[in-house]
Amino acid sequence: MTNVALVLPIQSSEDIVIARQKVRELAIKAGFNVVNQTKFITAASELARNTLDYGGGGYLTFEELINGNKKGLKLVFEDQGPGIDNIQLAMTDGYTTGKGLGLGLTGAKRLVNEFDLWTEVGKGTRISIIQWT
Amino acid sequence: MTNVGCDQIAQVIQKDEKIILEQWGSYQLSSFTMRRDLISENEVKQESRKFLQLFSGALQNNKNDKLTGNEWDDVRVLLADVSLSRAKKGFSPSDTATFIFSLKQPLFNIARENFKDIAILAEVLWNITVILDKLGLYTTEVYQKGREEIISRQQQEMLELSTPVVQLWEGILALPMIGTLDSSRTQVVMESLLQEIVDTGATIAILDITGVPTVDTLVAQHLLKTVAAARLMGADCIISGIRPQIAQTIVHLGVDLTSVITKATLADAFLVALERTKQKIVKVAV
Repeated sequence: MTNVALVLPIQSSEDIVIARQKVRELAIKAGFNVVNQTKFITAASELARNTLDYGGGGYLTFEELINGNKKGLKLVFEDQGPGIDNIQLAMTDGYTTGKGLGLGLTGAKRLVNEFDLWTEVGKGTRISIIQWT
Repeated sequence: MTNVGCDQIAQVIQKDEKIILEQWGSYQLSSFTMRRDLISENEVKQESRKFLQLFSGALQNNKNDKLTGNEWDDVRVLLADVSLSRAKKGFSPSDTATFIFSLKQPLFNIARENFKDIAILAEVLWNITVILDKLGLYTTEVYQKGREEIISRQQQEMLELSTPVVQLWEGILALPMIGTLDSSRTQVVMESLLQEIVDTGATIAILDITGVPTVDTLVAQHLLKTVAAARLMGADCIISGIRPQIAQTIVHLGVDLTSVITKATLADAFLVALERTKQKIVKVAV
């Protein structure tokens, strides 16, 4: 069962702060423990910054999930930027086309339960992550 | 916008200015968004009269329906004044926009009396609506801008507030970081730390991140850069206040902090710093 909660714009670094606060709020509401909260918020922060820096801005969609007695939170980051040319390279620790550490994408993947990446050069990138209680 | 539009409307407005002002005034004053506690009846009437004059003037010279031409400059300036002064007085955005929207009814009334042909009347009403909607939105935009200026000023004030460098002991500095470490804030933090190292000749600086809710790769990178810069100035850094959940997150992210001394608490870090500077705190024997 899914339930679309809301959509937030990711157009400035202030939006990332707002997105992080919203993720924290919903993670607490879903009943995540402190470690899972922190992991999920950090992953969201990485991906939101990628959406802004590499995707040229986009949207973050929140979905609350319920599977039996497990609760989950799904975040979808979407942009209409240049897309990722070489996914294998992008998913390598330490590789970056920017000025960062090159750990955001791979790190985010390691921090969450489910990670799904869709990208097409010239069309954009969509990354969804899910964390369960 | 077609010709039946602006020219004729402007003429009608000038002809019936008195009636319009009277009706508009009473609509505004009886509106539920009218704030008699914040603005006087006289002010409202003055603003209305001035606006209507500029408005009909602009209408006469109007060239396109986007209201971008310079014939609308005076109207825009007046509206900006009105909305900014109302924003400062404590009006809400809808209170402010009502100034424009309440002009619709009086204009519709005089249009009905002056244009008997239904087709023309429909067009005139449509034109009035389009223009007034745009002007109404413009007041909201200006109002918003005024608010944003206040917010950005507060942000600037926060930048200065939130970066104290404190001297803990001889040669030992501490930097208690709080809140979101975005790029501009870390820049300020780094600068004030380096300056303080010069001023005090400290050899150890403790960066305490107890108050930083999220440590992602960007924050980690900022921390590493600060540590590297301090090292170049001859001071070693200790990062303290790493909570269990942050530690796990950093490990999963794959950020390498092994080149930096890290401690769970500021107290632990302080002990290390004392040791490094060959100092000791002892309990006084009773």
